[in-house]
Amino acid sequence: MYVAVKGGEAAIENAHSLLADRRRGDRAVPALRLDQIVEQLALGVDRIMAEGSLYDRELAGLALKQSRGDMIEAIFLVRAYRTTLPRFGYTRPLDTAAMAIDRRVSATYKDLPGGQLLGPTFDYTHRLLDPALAGDELAKAPAQREADPAPMPRVSDLLGDEGLIEADGAVPAGKPVADITREPLEFPLERDARLQALARGDEGFLLALAYSTQRGYARTHPVVGEIRIGEAELELDVPELDFPVPLGTIRVTECQMVNQFKGSAKVPPQFTRGYGLVFGQSERKAMAMALCDRALRASEFGEDIVAPAQDEEFVISHADNVQATGFVEHLKLPHYVDFQAELDLVRRMRTEFESGLGEDERREAAE
Amino acid sequence: MHGNRTGAKPESEMRRQMMAVLAHAPSSRLAGLWRDAGFDVAAEPVRGPETGLVTVRGRIGGGGAAFNVGEATVTRATVRLASGEVGHSYALGRDQDKARIAATIDALWQKPELRPRLEDLILSPLRLERDVNAARRAAEVAATKVDFFTMVRGED
Repeated sequence: MYVAVKGGEAAIENAHSLLADRRRGDRAVPALRLDQIVEQLALGVDRIMAEGSLYDRELAGLALKQSRGDMIEAIFLVRAYRTTLPRFGYTRPLDTAAMAIDRRVSATYKDLPGGQLLGPTFDYTHRLLDPALAGDELAKAPAQREADPAPMPRVSDLLGDEGLIEADGAVPAGKPVADITREPLEFPLERDARLQALARGDEGFLLALAYSTQRGYARTHPVVGEIRIGEAELELDVPELDFPVPLGTIRVTECQMVNQFKGSAKVPPQFTRGYGLVFGQSERKAMAMALCDRALRASEFGEDIVAPAQDEEFVISHADNVQATGFVEHLKLPHYVDFQAELDLVRRMRTEFESGLGEDERREAAE
Repeated sequence: MHGNRTGAKPESEMRRQMMAVLAHAPSSRLAGLWRDAGFDVAAEPVRGPETGLVTVRGRIGGGGAAFNVGEATVTRATVRLASGEVGHSYALGRDQDKARIAATIDALWQKPELRPRLEDLILSPLRLERDVNAARRAAEVAATKVDFFTMVRGED
């Protein structure tokens, strides 16, 4: 027998207006404007865009405000919003070699063409809380210096010229580009599908897995070939125009991880690579993505799969924080009937246990 | 990056560059310049403005096979002038006014006699502001460039 139970409508409505009230907080404090969030909490906004898998700063800022700063809730809101929009197409692949650079560092070469540009980084700060930021102190205008107009080749291309590093990744020829938002995941995945899943994967989860590879669970001996952050141009092919239409620029973070050698009877030893590309400014995520990408290529290189970070189905199936939160949080929804059935079951087991207890003890004594 | 694309007709390359200027323009700035330029034009909407998604692609390793990174909002519009020219616009974001104005400018641009005025009153200021901004950002980033120097230690 199935019995539908209704109720709680008034409670839900009141809970939502209570949420709205608590979200607004003390009315004596001015409400946050979206431009304040977008400008001053920019990296939080970037994370929502990356894991929400939707590049739109203002929407991400709105989501952050609506979620009271809960990142995963904000990511969920953005994911839900994107399903309401029509799709115009796939852009041409962005050219990260040509991006307008905000930051570019390499741990493999000190003197590389274009140089090491620290950009707006937390690195080398002392991680001391700055009481001045509690107020509205005017920030000093940043220093300027004549920019070098020379191009900044990707570090992987420098090593590639000597043949000491594997080429940029290929997938089997003629295969259409995988799109995990359109087709269900089928393991094993090609690297393109894996990278798409990692690009929207949870930063914390990927960070932990990346860390595990450094601690010996699938060691890959990595070093950062290059991290670059900057604005890349987007172009879209459309039927009404005979040229790719420019859409503007998006900020992305790219990480080229260089890992230790592989070779075979046919291929001479060379460095292997992991790749990370993330919306916004997020080098922690891009680095974690690159480390996971490399670890997940274990079978491609004939490495033993011994650690969680190498297990594609494990990593990719659990990297999405919207899916994860949905399944974990559904446990708080009413399970009254299931629980009633389980109560009955445990009572019956208890009765059987208690009535059988005497017999078992007698048998043990006899033995 | 652009400029020397092979195979592009000069006319469509010029149009592409003009559309790039419009796509990059901040909405309020474009609206202000458009209003001040005072073009008396009736553009009939053909499509949109409508907001949708594009899937952004990257390349494995930076230059390898394509993969999908995520999506981005894009707004597009198509308009037709009474004289028949059809203008299109596409730009990141959700600004429908910007899309409508940019499509109208694209339609007007197809009348060669209007190009100098469009260039002077709208395109050139936008291009200049974008260049100034880009140069300032590049100079600020350049100031964070590391100059390595070697400390001479010991005696030889």
